[in-house]
Amino acid sequence: MAYEVNGTTVEHDEEGYLTDLNDWSEQIALEIAKNQQLEMNEERWEVVNFLRNYYDEYQVAPAVRVLTKALAKTMGPEKGNNKYLYELFPYGPAKQACMIAGLPKPTGCV
Amino acid sequence: MSEAKKFLYVNRKAPYGTIYALESLEVVLIGAAFDQHVSLAFVDDGVFQIAKGQDTKSLGVKNFSPTYRALGDYGVTKFYVEKDSLDERGLSADDLMEITYEDENDGFAEKPSIIVVTKAEMAEVMRDQDVILSF
Repeated sequence: MAYEVNGTTVEHDEEGYLTDLNDWSEQIALEIAKNQQLEMNEERWEVVNFLRNYYDEYQVAPAVRVLTKALAKTMGPEKGNNKYLYELFPYGPAKQACMIAGLPKPTGCV
Repeated sequence: MSEAKKFLYVNRKAPYGTIYALESLEVVLIGAAFDQHVSLAFVDDGVFQIAKGQDTKSLGVKNFSPTYRALGDYGVTKFYVEKDSLDERGLSADDLMEITYEDENDGFAEKPSIIVVTKAEMAEVMRDQDVILSF
């Protein structure tokens, strides 16, 4: 299974997570988002970029609870809450946003 | 929901070369996501799991060492490290990564998570737990 962007193919698993996170690019992110029926806007990019930075530093995709707490700290409580995140990513912020960010599925995410 | 239990994960093996350290870390992440009281203990070669400057490039495996520093976000704020195990390996507290957490009850002040303990103190820590899992 693979995404196709500009003539290149990028492997993903049965759920849609990238096999190799080094394959990620903004174009791939747009393609994954399209598959998830999501249109990328500034707010969604903000969360996706936050996740990529978090992964870069800690080598782990944060659980939702950790993500909301961390967002609240850096961007304020109006963005660091479940309602805001589920409005942006209705099938689960950890799941969908991590997928778009090219990260593995968060540990403990069922 | 039943009351949260106190879990202690005892890490005894070096981080890379066997799967124990990574498996332990994954279970810790899962357990913490379920709002249990989770602490970690590092004894024997397990102290290498939180040693500074791990580089796994030539091994071709993922370097998961930075993930220990994220555990504070998961509410895992106590890393008990046995002093004898450090001494026997020529290590000191300065050779360990800087691992901190933010204390919500103290204005989110950053505090160190690592607590170096003697064998006797480690025994006390263990006595205080509901569940101990050894890796």
